[in-house]
Amino acid sequence: MLSLRHLAKSYVPGKPVLNDINLDIAARGITAIIGPSGTGKSTLIRCINRLVEPSAGEIEFQGEDLVGLSRKALRRARRRIGMVFQEYNLVERLTVMENVLSGRLGYVSPWRAWRRKFPPEDIARAFELLGVVGLAAFAGSRADSLSGGQRQRVGIARAVMQQPAVLLADEPTSSLDPKTSVEIMQLLADIARDRDIPVVINMHDVELAKRFADRIIGMSAGSVVFDGPPGNLSDATLKTIYGGEDWLQ
Amino acid sequence: MTEAAHDLAWRRFTPAQRIARFAVYLAIIAGIVVSIQSVEVIPEFLADAPDQVADLFARMWPIDLAYYPRGVHAALMETIHIASLGTLLSLVLALPIGLLAAHNLCPSTPVNLFAKLILVSSRSVNSLVWALLFVGIFGPGALAGTLAIAFRSIGFVGKLFGEALEETSHGPIEALDAAGAPALSRLAYGYWPQVKPAFWSIALFRWDINVRESAVLGLVGAGGIGMTLDAALNLFQWERVAVILLAIFVIVILAEVVVTVVRKRVL
Amino acid sequence: MTSAATALPFRSRTWARVGWLALAAYVVYACAQLDVSAERIASGLANAAHFFGRMFPPNFARWDLLVKGLKESLEIAMLASALGIALSLPIGFVAARNLMPAWVSWPARLVIVAARSFHPVIVAIVFVKAVGFGALAGILALTVASIGFIGKLFAEAIEEISLKQVEAVRATGAPFMSVVAFGVLPQVFARFIGFCTYQLDSNLRNSTMVGIVGAGGIGGTLFAAFQRFDYDYVCAILISIIALIMAGELLAMGVRAIFIDGLSLADLFRGRVGRLAAQGERHLEDD
Repeated sequence: MLSLRHLAKSYVPGKPVLNDINLDIAARGITAIIGPSGTGKSTLIRCINRLVEPSAGEIEFQGEDLVGLSRKALRRARRRIGMVFQEYNLVERLTVMENVLSGRLGYVSPWRAWRRKFPPEDIARAFELLGVVGLAAFAGSRADSLSGGQRQRVGIARAVMQQPAVLLADEPTSSLDPKTSVEIMQLLADIARDRDIPVVINMHDVELAKRFADRIIGMSAGSVVFDGPPGNLSDATLKTIYGGEDWLQ
Repeated sequence: MTEAAHDLAWRRFTPAQRIARFAVYLAIIAGIVVSIQSVEVIPEFLADAPDQVADLFARMWPIDLAYYPRGVHAALMETIHIASLGTLLSLVLALPIGLLAAHNLCPSTPVNLFAKLILVSSRSVNSLVWALLFVGIFGPGALAGTLAIAFRSIGFVGKLFGEALEETSHGPIEALDAAGAPALSRLAYGYWPQVKPAFWSIALFRWDINVRESAVLGLVGAGGIGMTLDAALNLFQWERVAVILLAIFVIVILAEVVVTVVRKRVL
Repeated sequence: MTSAATALPFRSRTWARVGWLALAAYVVYACAQLDVSAERIASGLANAAHFFGRMFPPNFARWDLLVKGLKESLEIAMLASALGIALSLPIGFVAARNLMPAWVSWPARLVIVAARSFHPVIVAIVFVKAVGFGALAGILALTVASIGFIGKLFAEAIEEISLKQVEAVRATGAPFMSVVAFGVLPQVFARFIGFCTYQLDSNLRNSTMVGIVGAGGIGGTLFAAFQRFDYDYVCAILISIIALIMAGELLAMGVRAIFIDGLSLADLFRGRVGRLAAQGERHLEDD
């Protein structure tokens, strides 16, 4: 469903952050990408929906190569890719309901969006999603009045609102305390299972990754050094990924 | 299961809020429509406008730069002095009024309101109108201009200074009270150090604006380059008008540069 | 030991003292240049007593002319604000360097700087020459002033937004205008309302003055009264102007309460003004 072929990215010429990444993401299950900071995990995730432009390679999503797409076609493709951010990235002055509905902006004309005239099915689905993430009572609250964990739930609701074919999460729990992190990961796992959406998550926390992911991809120095089920992740491999100065380049 | 509990229609604003917002929109549109209808626009003048502007610029060229040394320079310097003295005077006058208007320093609400009334009145009357008043009292000349600038600036300085005072933190004051400091020391050691940077920033800001204001006060006889401008306008000497406007523009830009530099280096 | 390195602008008290002395010297010099002397002030003060005697009690006899002038000033302020706000929105938006490429933002910034550089009275004089005496010149002059103020602050507000919120909205596949509507505008809306209400008040203040050069409004009436030495009428006009402006500031607070704090009319009548509305014009003085 989603394939990365020879994906590469350099912010500064000669210092590649991603080296020739080749990955196939299946149509279901949770994939966790682990690795130390600076190793290109975040760049990889953001290349998928071209929030960061790849320097080379192909990204095949539902039969299209995203890399060559025009802006209009890219927008249509992005509708089908939901994204959850480390710092939630909610529009803080808007209400929770407006933030969730902003997931539908790719489907609604700008004029109707401005007047907040969303179709009733969207509104019904928004209420349903808020119920799923446990925030039904907060629909009218301003986003900046919520706690971190609550905001991330809204972020997840917004992403699922798009009815995406894949869910990307860029360090969704890094700004949260351990207990809330587990709750958010559980929520992502439930959504992945109940709605049959594949999820690709960037994370720091190896234990969380082992607990919730079906497949783990370990990165080091811009390349994939491990790819397999959590059970295969040995301490030696972890040392390769995290230990030593390799990732500093 | 939970949907039954929700009203599935989502409204962005409550009915009461919508009424209020609508009322404001209505008032604005009504105001604009009424205003457009009663403002007299003579179509011939409007159609004539581009020609008039072109004519104006034609008459202003070539700019009479030679006029500058004898006619403009002295007046320009006078303008700067008006702005500077006026600002300084306003600082002296605004300080006590700003103190009286700040509730945390002067707990008496009637006094606060009275001080605020003075500040609002000072701001509501334009510096040009103040200039008219002072020309009436002191006669034409730079004295009237300086006082006009000062009295207009009191409101500005007082308001911003009052805001700065209201934003001071209470901790140091508490410590001084606990040590038994008298009122004047409380002011000097507790409040003043906290508001000092804001105060000088306000002073610079106002001086910058006052340079711009001082340049036009002469149009009503209050001294400075405005008087030269008025004379040239009355005699239709457009090339001189041009050099005067240019001089005003340059001095305003210079003042902004000075303020930016001082801000960076000192504040 | 070593003198403590401080964050104070002056390293030691001597610099501060030098500064104060220089200031005092300047005051003396400037007063001499301006021919400001004690005798002049004294004679002026005597004159002032006489002057104020003639101003009070204020004479409202010709109130119809007064009301007509005030009405015209109000209209000038309203139209100039409406036109100014309408033009400042696109100009300010385009001038924001974080959203627009340089070749687009720099001309817009130039327009804004030019609009701010000249005093509204000078701009009014030019417009009087261009479109004749009357309110139109005043409206155009104050529109220019509004663009200079709102355009600058609006551009600055946009440059200060969090781009992360914008990125998230882009990631949903929203078209550009929707990204603006949901990602950019909510972040600047509250400040924008503050700018607009401040500019309306500022235009109200200025509209009472452009009449002095013939651009309409109560300024003309005021000037004429001065020249006729009708000081009690002048006093009446001044009091009315102050009252009008204070009313304007109250209305501005109400508008801010409705749009920023989300209050209803009932709340306003009950006197609940809302935290943000009351401090809405904080730090916004510009003239």
